[in-house]
Amino acid sequence: MISESIVNISAAVISASTPLLFAATGELVVERSGVLNLGVEGMMLMGAVTGFAVAVSTGNPMLGILAAAVAGAALALVFAALTLTLMANQVATGLALTIFGIGLSALLGSGFVGQTVPALPKLALPGLSSLPVVGPVLFGQDGLVYLSVALTAATAWFLKRTRPGMMLRAVGESAESAHSLGLPVIRIRYLATLFGGAAAGLGGAFLSLSYTPMWMEGMTSGRGWIALALVVFGSWRPWRVLAGAYLFGGVTILQLHAQGIFSLPAQVFSMLPYLATIAVLTIISAGPWRGRLTAPAALGKPFRPSV
Amino acid sequence: MHDERQTPRLVLRNISKRFQSVIANDQIGFSVGPGQVHALLGENGAGKSTLVKIIYGVLQADEGKIQWNGRDEVITSPHRARELGIGMVFQHFSLFEAMTVLENIALGIDNAPDLKELADRIVSVSRKYGLPLDPSREIHTLSVGERQRVEIVRCLLQNPKLLIMDEPTSVLTPQEVGRLFVTLRQLSDEGCSILYISHKLQEIKELCHHATVLRGGRVVGQCDPAVETARSMAQLMIGAELKQLVRRAGTITQEPRLIVSNLTLPTDHPFGVNLKGISFEVGAGEIFGIAGVAGNGQNELTEALAGEVVLRSPSTIRLDGKPIAQMNAEKRRMNGLCSVPEERAGHASVPEMTLAENTLLTARNRMGLAHQGFIQLREARSFAERIIEEFSVKASGPTATAATLSGGNLQKFIVGREVLQSPEVLIISQPTWGVDAAAAAAIHQALFKLAQSGTAIVVVSQDLDELLVVSDRLAVINRGTLSPALSTAEASIDQIGMLMGGVHGLEGDAGSSHNAG
Repeated sequence: MISESIVNISAAVISASTPLLFAATGELVVERSGVLNLGVEGMMLMGAVTGFAVAVSTGNPMLGILAAAVAGAALALVFAALTLTLMANQVATGLALTIFGIGLSALLGSGFVGQTVPALPKLALPGLSSLPVVGPVLFGQDGLVYLSVALTAATAWFLKRTRPGMMLRAVGESAESAHSLGLPVIRIRYLATLFGGAAAGLGGAFLSLSYTPMWMEGMTSGRGWIALALVVFGSWRPWRVLAGAYLFGGVTILQLHAQGIFSLPAQVFSMLPYLATIAVLTIISAGPWRGRLTAPAALGKPFRPSV
Repeated sequence: MHDERQTPRLVLRNISKRFQSVIANDQIGFSVGPGQVHALLGENGAGKSTLVKIIYGVLQADEGKIQWNGRDEVITSPHRARELGIGMVFQHFSLFEAMTVLENIALGIDNAPDLKELADRIVSVSRKYGLPLDPSREIHTLSVGERQRVEIVRCLLQNPKLLIMDEPTSVLTPQEVGRLFVTLRQLSDEGCSILYISHKLQEIKELCHHATVLRGGRVVGQCDPAVETARSMAQLMIGAELKQLVRRAGTITQEPRLIVSNLTLPTDHPFGVNLKGISFEVGAGEIFGIAGVAGNGQNELTEALAGEVVLRSPSTIRLDGKPIAQMNAEKRRMNGLCSVPEERAGHASVPEMTLAENTLLTARNRMGLAHQGFIQLREARSFAERIIEEFSVKASGPTATAATLSGGNLQKFIVGREVLQSPEVLIISQPTWGVDAAAAAAIHQALFKLAQSGTAIVVVSQDLDELLVVSDRLAVINRGTLSPALSTAEASIDQIGMLMGGVHGLEGDAGSSHNAG
């Protein structure tokens, strides 16, 4: 009985964390290249609505997932064109992108409200999923959950071990230096931004196809913003971002359970994850860890090569 | 050694480059032989940096031809330049602070081998040329001299035929300079040409086989530095007679005006320096120099002295006996302590504001430019006019924005703004960094005059030559601690160099072979 509820809660925590992990990992790559894209919320919503619409129309959730990534990347391409080519202000453009994404996703999804889509099949790993407790928690999830963890691992490996990853970090440290060494600064930033969009789109698709298999206006309810905070929380490192995402997912699920135990208004508990975010960000920004909190040096700085 | 009869390694013909209305390079032409150490000499703004960026493919020339080993080449990118065998060490290092030496080097070379093999090659090359480096360290933990080594080793790994060095010694201790010259001579002997950019004439005399002098974007002379005097080259470079500085005759009192005792301040910046037990005294009429390699606590110290950082214990800093360390910058100013920070655009002045408005930043209360919270614009304007006139600042008037002034003129304006407030104590950081020789002379003269009137002056500078000219006594800051003060007249370059941190790293005969000054 107890072990069963642990299994249920743990599985729920992993589910709640997955969309955050997708979006935050994507944004981490974007920020490591020196670009600050505040449009994560908008890109997630576009992913959610596109994924849902395609899955319902074609009956194929795999196509939906693919379409969600493309939709997120497409919105990111708009951002990249505006900020990297046309030199628009990154903060303002990112905010506009979120508002645009909220509106456009509501428009596109208006015909799909109330429809249902079969949830993604659980992908049980043979042998492992029958282990007691950890089996169903770790190895009985749907494919997107595994993909999100694999994506984190791949991102960590890419940034640390590969030459393109090194080039991406260099561009985020100093675009001028990178340019003077002959690295294609703008192209690298475009690719990073597109990756971030695709990952946010996948996060959105997980929400509308797996977490709550339906479409609802504004269904990300601030997860894009949390993902942005998680990147800071994880001090721009993939595994710390994963830890942050799971911690946050944990608080989200715990507050649901706490609502049944304490007699406080439900809204107070709904606030908890957000309060936790603010508290953690304050502590890590003000404490003695500050010195180690190293943002990419060129984050948010526009770069225009002189000719 | 170089040989005049061989095909020149690099020939430039009529290279021109303009930025909007400014002509940076105007019909520049010269040639560099194999193994030749060729100096490119000129003041700030003479067009040296633009020219070498064209050679390295960072910028494209509007007109002109480049010949490489006798063949016409269009150098479209740094990548192409490296393919040809051109390496460059930038004045502002193109390094990435949060990445390791190994990663930095790997990024700068094309077709890099895998990292393990590269690390081995770095160690072997750095040993061969006496440039010790640990590939696994992150750049922000390295001293400036070590950072330069990273850049040089990065070039050497690609067996360059031409090495471009942009102002390589401006950040080095005298010992490090000596060591660098040994490396450069070794390269020259192996047939590598070196294009050496500098405005330090003594170094050029010592190292270079030939010099091309640039002024205002044009070639104004070619010479053999070995037979020229430093003075004749300086006149070629400046295009006018050098004005001799008039050393003041004023007396220095025994009674100190500024006393700093045991100033200890932990930094709150990730790459900052902790100040540890700094003590010194400056008398009336004295100019006290603080030397040191960049990043050893100069910024932290000037901030603490100017009041941008407030200290807990009031008597750490005393002005004429009065404890002022607990006061903020404006309160210290009202007590007679004025300051000129290092960064002139953005810290000492607001580039987008007019000169009159910029006087308000520091002279608001001392010069009565504000009354009950309202700006007295007429007074501000006439104060700005006074500065422009007395310091011969080239500006269209007090309504010109600070951004429209050249570096030298803006620096004269800022120094003038503080000097005309007749402070009791003046803290000035990098007074002539990147300004032309005429402006530098004017600023030094103004400091002498101010000292003569009884002001105690602290000059923080990385330019040792400057401190030897202006200061009566000097001390060296190294890793946040200040050495005992030396009398400038008696101090030797080697002694100061040792204090600057030339002692660690390579112990070397290289250091003693260099005689600067």
